[in-house]
Amino acid sequence: MTHPSDTGPAPVLALEDISKSFGAVRALRDVSLRLFPGEVHALAGENGAGKSTLIKTLAGVHRPDAGRVLLDGEPVVFHGPGDARDAGIAVIYQEPTLFPDLSIAENIFMGRQPRRAFGRIDHRATRAATEALMRRLGVDLDPDRPARGLSIADQQIVEIAKALSFEARVLVMDEPTAALTGSEVARLFGVVRTLRDQGAAVLFISHRLEEIFQICRRVTTLRDGGLISSEPLDGMTEDDLVRRMVGRDLDELYPKQDVTAGEVALSVKRLTREGVFTDISFEVRRGEIVGLAGLVGAGRTEVARAVFGIDRWDAGGVEVDGRALTNGAPSTAMAAGLALVPEDRRAQGLVMGMSIERNIGLTGLRTTVRAGLMDRGAERSRSLDWAVRLQVKYSRIADAVSTLSGGNQQKVVLAKWLATGPGVLIVDEPTRGIDVGTKAEVHRLLSQLAADGVAVLMISSDLPEILGMADRVLVMHEGRLTAEIPRAEATEETVMAAATGRAAA
Amino acid sequence: MTVTAPESAPAAELPPSSGTRLVDRVFKMRELAILVVFLVMIAVTQAGNSEFLSEQGIKDLLLNATILVLVATGQSLVVITRNVDLSVGSTLGISAFAAGTYLHGGGNPVVAIVLAVLLGVGCGLLNGLLVSLGQVPALVVTLGTLYIIRGVDSIWVGSRQITAADLPGGFVDFGSGGVSAVPWLALIALAVLVATAYYLKHFGSGRESYALGSNPEAARLAGIPVRKRILTAYTFCGALAGLAGALYLARFGNVDSGTGNGYELTVVSAVVVGGVVFTGGSGSVYGAALGALLLTSINSVLPALGVSSVWVLAINGVLLLLAIAVDRIVALRVATALKKSTAKRPAGDGARRPAPEKGSSRNA
Ligand SMILES: Nc1ncnc2c1ncn2[C@@H]1O[C@H](COP(=O)(O)OP(=O)(O)OP(=O)(O)O)[C@@H](O)[C@H]1O
Ligand SMILES: [Mg+2]
Repeated sequence: MTHPSDTGPAPVLALEDISKSFGAVRALRDVSLRLFPGEVHALAGENGAGKSTLIKTLAGVHRPDAGRVLLDGEPVVFHGPGDARDAGIAVIYQEPTLFPDLSIAENIFMGRQPRRAFGRIDHRATRAATEALMRRLGVDLDPDRPARGLSIADQQIVEIAKALSFEARVLVMDEPTAALTGSEVARLFGVVRTLRDQGAAVLFISHRLEEIFQICRRVTTLRDGGLISSEPLDGMTEDDLVRRMVGRDLDELYPKQDVTAGEVALSVKRLTREGVFTDISFEVRRGEIVGLAGLVGAGRTEVARAVFGIDRWDAGGVEVDGRALTNGAPSTAMAAGLALVPEDRRAQGLVMGMSIERNIGLTGLRTTVRAGLMDRGAERSRSLDWAVRLQVKYSRIADAVSTLSGGNQQKVVLAKWLATGPGVLIVDEPTRGIDVGTKAEVHRLLSQLAADGVAVLMISSDLPEILGMADRVLVMHEGRLTAEIPRAEATEETVMAAATGRAAA
Repeated sequence: MTVTAPESAPAAELPPSSGTRLVDRVFKMRELAILVVFLVMIAVTQAGNSEFLSEQGIKDLLLNATILVLVATGQSLVVITRNVDLSVGSTLGISAFAAGTYLHGGGNPVVAIVLAVLLGVGCGLLNGLLVSLGQVPALVVTLGTLYIIRGVDSIWVGSRQITAADLPGGFVDFGSGGVSAVPWLALIALAVLVATAYYLKHFGSGRESYALGSNPEAARLAGIPVRKRILTAYTFCGALAGLAGALYLARFGNVDSGTGNGYELTVVSAVVVGGVVFTGGSGSVYGAALGALLLTSINSVLPALGVSSVWVLAINGVLLLLAIAVDRIVALRVATALKKSTAKRPAGDGARRPAPEKGSSRNA
């Protein structure tokens, strides 16, 4: 057992001058990285900088074009993810990689189930081990439940449990916190600290800089596939880190313009979906950004889905500009000028195999169809326009969305909905997985939209984002609206109190 | 600052595993539903024709189902990995003829069966290699091998034919004999079925086949040997098609170059009717076997009721569509139920952290 203070000079895992290209895209250029036992190491960089590619290289998913991977000082070649796993490297990938048809327990132990005589799986031991992991993470998920239908946050938790389930010497986490709220992050960090103290090396990626400062000791920064620096975080400020990532100083992260609210654009009245949320009433006015806060599982996403008509509601109603929407009909919601940027980009936001251009163009089908035929020229120019405004990093706009980095996929989802020119915009976790530079850009864009008279409802698990951007904050707790706090009174304390149900009336 | 006090957490009383239990029940129900349809059909037929369930009647029902059950079991394994094997009919035909040719010269029946199985293994390996190495969809690959194997069979067999008279008496007796109403062949099929089901549930590689069909990309990331699993599934499927060929010979004693022609469609229907989902990752071999039993029984039921057998195909088609519709509806229901059960789970800190007692606003 090694204590963090007496880490020897020998790295457990080292990457030396790794290069990796995808066709014409040079995702990594001569990048080196050394991970020491008993240390949490941050990997920072903008969207598309090459962080996930680096991780996939040391996980055996990608073979580097050049360079070496050293394990305990010995060069190794991983022929597949199985090899890396057997070498004690646990990886949480950026996108959840679960088997929807199998139980949570099976998902966690797939390929490594406890065995009984004759190699048979010990189902009971598997379940017990899963329960123990869930207790350790402090969550209440039934091990026998299939993974299908889990929320993004719960999927992330299963991924974390999977990585913890074997005694890894190296734990690699690619944006594990992107979908989590404060208390879940705190619990994850508790577990990470324990592992670190037991001598594991941890590599951590996050676009939330405060998290990096909270848990990491050293940071490696990438920009455009190249290594910028690898240094201790001690004495560094967030601005220093941002400068290394972006290559320049950053403008205001929350450029909120003051707008006088106009008439009511979205009005939700006593909306109830049995067992999911109850008696939700609120209004959003033109020019306003209303934040919807709450813990994971409080029912925020579910409310948004019901308002947009993806799920049906059981009681209550929704009005846009005074006209009632039909229950369970997204097409009427869209016709009324409502747009919803969903939380789960892979499942609901994008057609992964289709080009960037076509994905952005999808929602505009109606406007770019002329005489029954698609006007491809109009689609292309509109898509290009939005791709540029959101700084999507791609090599050709005709490339499949699946080749983009996680954060850039998120930008495409945003572009797709903003391109519809909505009157009411609901954004669910708009900056999940988006780097600081672009985050500021997205905020500026939302603020600009509001100033142009769009009513914005913003769901976010990023509390500073809610506080920085919202004119009013709605807070949900266990399926109910527990507070409505004006901008002036909204603080971390008031919002968290309402979100955890501690706000006594 | 407006604060609406949450009155109660209606969810807290819910048993934590309600979602799971529901799903379990639905899947058991899926197999149960076929069983019920089957039993009702048999009961109605028996009521209309009391001869139907005589000892010979039951034996015929089981004998007819045996071969389809075997092939459907193998096919399920392939479908579970999100693939399909369309060449099973051809494999069955060529193995049956090979076994027959060998026995024609007065060979040993056990060797004949082994021969048929080995030939099936060969065909399965071919399929498995092509599917796992080439980047071509299984549907296309096995459509190709369907024609290739059938072509080889036709050239080899020509206009020859094997009849029961060419076969050793013991082999033919074995094909129709059994313990009272239960034929030997059915016992073989049952043993294979139970063993396969046990393997799929209790062995790592069995579970990995489900994982692979459920999410191939995630399977790769989890370090599952994807190609090996696909190869195994096809080889197993081929082996069972070969075994089925030998049993076909024993049962009917009559094989020519057209044997097993078009059989793959019946097999796929049985699998789908039995609830093995075509997009992989779910379903059971028991379901597939029940599907096979149901489909073959219709062939006996209609004549027993005096209905022309021209209806058989149409009824099979309706059953197939019905099964797909039911699966779809069940899937939607389950998804909704799971969503609700997640939402109902005392969410966030309510459960993940001991509930704060002080200042709790539960005043109702
Ligand atoms: N399979 C692939 N095919 C083609 N290009 C790819 C592929 N995977 C990644 N890329 C490209 O490599 C570059 C680096 O991507 P990577 O996913 O490593 O970025 P990242 O730093 O993880 O970004 P993010 O913060 O958005 O997750 C991007 O330009 C991306 O488009
Ligand atoms: Mg990434």
